[in-house]
Amino acid sequence: MVNIQIKEKLISIVGAENYDDSKAGRLVYSYDATPNFQSMPDAVISPRNAQEISSILKVCSSSGVPIVPRGSGTNLCAGTCPTEGGIVLLFKHMNKIMEIDEENLTVTVQPGVITLDMINQVEARGLFYPPDPSSMKISTIGGNINENSGGLRGLKYGVTRDYVMGLEAVLANGDIIRTGGKLAKDVAGYDFTRLLVGSEGTLGIITEATLKLIPLPESKKTMLALYQDLEQAAKSVSKIIADKIIPATLEFLDQPTLKVVEDFAQIGLPTDVQAVLLIEQDGPIEVVEKDMKKMAEICKKQGAVSVQLANSEMEAEALRTARRAALSALARLKPTTILEDATVPRSEIANMVKAINEISQKYGLSICTFGHAGDGNLHPTCPADARDKDEMERVEKAFEEIFIKAIELGGTITGEHGVGVMKAPYLELKLGQAGIDAMKAVKAALDPNNILNPGKIFAKDNRKRVVVSQ
Amino acid sequence: MTTLKEQTVIQEAFKNRMDEDELLNCMRCGFCLPSCPTYVESGFNETHSPRGRIALMKAVADGLIEPDEDVERSLDLCLGCRACEPVCPSGVRYGHLLEEARDIINQNKKHSLPVKAVRNLVFNGLFPHQNRMRTTAGLLGFYQRSGLQSAARKTGMLNWLPKNLAAMEKVIPQVPKLREMKNRPTYFSSAKPVKKAAFFTGCLMDTMFLETNNATIKLLQLAGCEIHIPQNQACCGALHGHSGEKQTARDLAKRNIEAFEKLEADYIITNAGGCGAFLVDYDHLLKDDREWHERALKFSEKLKDISEILYELEFHKKVKLELPGQIITYQDSCHLRNVMKTSMAPRKLLNSIEGIEFREMKDADRCCGSAGIYNIVESEMSMQILDQKMIHAKSANAAVIVTSNPGCLLQMKLGIEREGLSRKVKAVHIADILVEAACQKEK
Repeated sequence: MVNIQIKEKLISIVGAENYDDSKAGRLVYSYDATPNFQSMPDAVISPRNAQEISSILKVCSSSGVPIVPRGSGTNLCAGTCPTEGGIVLLFKHMNKIMEIDEENLTVTVQPGVITLDMINQVEARGLFYPPDPSSMKISTIGGNINENSGGLRGLKYGVTRDYVMGLEAVLANGDIIRTGGKLAKDVAGYDFTRLLVGSEGTLGIITEATLKLIPLPESKKTMLALYQDLEQAAKSVSKIIADKIIPATLEFLDQPTLKVVEDFAQIGLPTDVQAVLLIEQDGPIEVVEKDMKKMAEICKKQGAVSVQLANSEMEAEALRTARRAALSALARLKPTTILEDATVPRSEIANMVKAINEISQKYGLSICTFGHAGDGNLHPTCPADARDKDEMERVEKAFEEIFIKAIELGGTITGEHGVGVMKAPYLELKLGQAGIDAMKAVKAALDPNNILNPGKIFAKDNRKRVVVSQ
Repeated sequence: MTTLKEQTVIQEAFKNRMDEDELLNCMRCGFCLPSCPTYVESGFNETHSPRGRIALMKAVADGLIEPDEDVERSLDLCLGCRACEPVCPSGVRYGHLLEEARDIINQNKKHSLPVKAVRNLVFNGLFPHQNRMRTTAGLLGFYQRSGLQSAARKTGMLNWLPKNLAAMEKVIPQVPKLREMKNRPTYFSSAKPVKKAAFFTGCLMDTMFLETNNATIKLLQLAGCEIHIPQNQACCGALHGHSGEKQTARDLAKRNIEAFEKLEADYIITNAGGCGAFLVDYDHLLKDDREWHERALKFSEKLKDISEILYELEFHKKVKLELPGQIITYQDSCHLRNVMKTSMAPRKLLNSIEGIEFREMKDADRCCGSAGIYNIVESEMSMQILDQKMIHAKSANAAVIVTSNPGCLLQMKLGIEREGLSRKVKAVHIADILVEAACQKEK
């Protein structure tokens, strides 16, 4: 609880205009993009620099007030939902691009920078920052780093983790540390950069990041492969990789997803087929053309009924934008949209797609599947209604089975959305008790008072639940 | 100030009246955030974003929080531009939620006496009655022509007004004489009519902007339409609908439907994006009214904006359009773009004018801050938005800013005035510039 003394201390740090504890002001930061999670913070604070954050953390540490850093609140694991109250910390004043270093190929940013704004800035200089989560138009870099976000280009270029070179972060005790730097090689001590990436705000508050850039590929082509059979599409994915081609994007959308996406985007997507693959390659023009031709052949051989090349960059961008809207578009179907991101080794994609279909039939649910098939990261999504308790129980069971199947196939419970609160009960499936204990030891060492985004990653008990709260 | 007792009543009404499915349809992905002018201009404050406002409405309906002043403030500061709707992958109809919420608050809140008197005068006494609109506009015309205006300006009397109201006084167009407003024919033929168009003249458009309405008629004639102007039509009701006066809006809708349905025209034409968006939504406004819903649907189906119909009838190919060399830019009317989905047609028409360069300004699809009476009641935010708009307009270096809605037109004129650009830049309605460009020689 934030009492009057704590409130006064916090206001003396950031100023009254950057401290809000009105009901409306707190309510609008009580949620993120995760269905069925909502919890009121005690206050919302908007510091202007790392020094202020340090002072805030000292206050929180000494008084045991939880603190939840939040970017734009687009995450899908309830990672920024203040489930234990406390303070939500915003970065709206810390949203500058500090430097684009064309000699070292780096960009240094404050955490509140919108991902797409930064991407546009670096691309204007012929440079490339590949991680492109579907929410990049809204999400912040700070949020991306804390969730280790992936995206459509993950399979060829990797995820956020692979581009973070150095960080400035404030620890729970208020100490400000710097990790890494503009260095291709650096083995001075533990790799704290990697530890902080994907830590979901539980180990420290990131206040600045230096990110790696690469040269912008000189050309790019986009195509759609259409299938009347889900598994043929999934098999094409494994075949393409096995044929030693790594496309820039290899996305999968099933028919129900195609229908809602087309409903929204109205760009003439095929809705009379069972599945499509959205395939892209970038690089030198000769290589791109050769790869696209080869991949088209593979798709046809696997049973694609047609393969269509995008005629212009505008058409290609429309396809990508439509794909990025898939999750939100599925929300058209029913009031509550439960989505997961179970991930398997890409050779197992076909088996996973098959299993998801069997599980959805078993529980009488309609599960729509789309996702980054190329890197084994699928998003089975279940349109449901939170008011229908029986249905929610079935969703719960179905997703548990999907997680178990993913682990069985050598996969993980979450590929890119994070654990947060939503998947905390399943973490043990992936890590085992010893794995969880090791992680808890790190958390306890860095945040002994448990003030940094408490209640996330580690479940309070082992009761499995994704959606049903009792 | 809303009293605690009023809050309880409002909360109850939220529970009963807000569309629960629509509220749940928002899955809080946040895709709407970058499109919202008040979110951006408030420095990324979620309270002033569509996602935040929907969350607040839902929280009030769920009993999580009370409809206190901050909630009301959040809803008041919304422009109602509906830019969040086309970008919403889930298809949440935010405008409908906002309208209902504002109606609930307004119906259950006791306004102070002066506010009540002004609201009553404007919403019930003035706008629904076209003859009174004419008389009022006539008085304004008298003020402009009689020498009162120049006297007021010279004596510095206008300095007594708040700054932007004084600037507003300068940009109000010359009002036509009462006689001209009253005596316009109700039917216009065309050389070889191919379509029958019924013209929704609008209350403001048919007084203060009579010339633009005359231009619209001329363009329709050139495009091959015969034009009927039903006499019993009334104000569209948008002003009422957006301000929590839904019942009056419904009454006006019924009057309009009745006035137009007998004509059996091919199209019902408007030249004001704000009216058009409200007219096209009549079926939603009357959704619970069995007798009227079907009739409203038929009405809405026929509704088209002037630029859309001109483009469809290939006016720009039939008529040679030409103007002296200059840069022209276009500011979208939010409701024309986001609700009526007309954004391409005006640009294509302008682009087909020979001699000029059509240049897009940055963020042309973003609200100019006019938003009905928003620029008067929320003038601080409105002027902040307008100033941002003018930065983009200036860097486009345009001599003409074209709009397609009277509110936007006045706001752009105001922006030009505030920037001291009135000698270099003008704002015009698309119908006026097209008439100017039409040499009236058929190709």
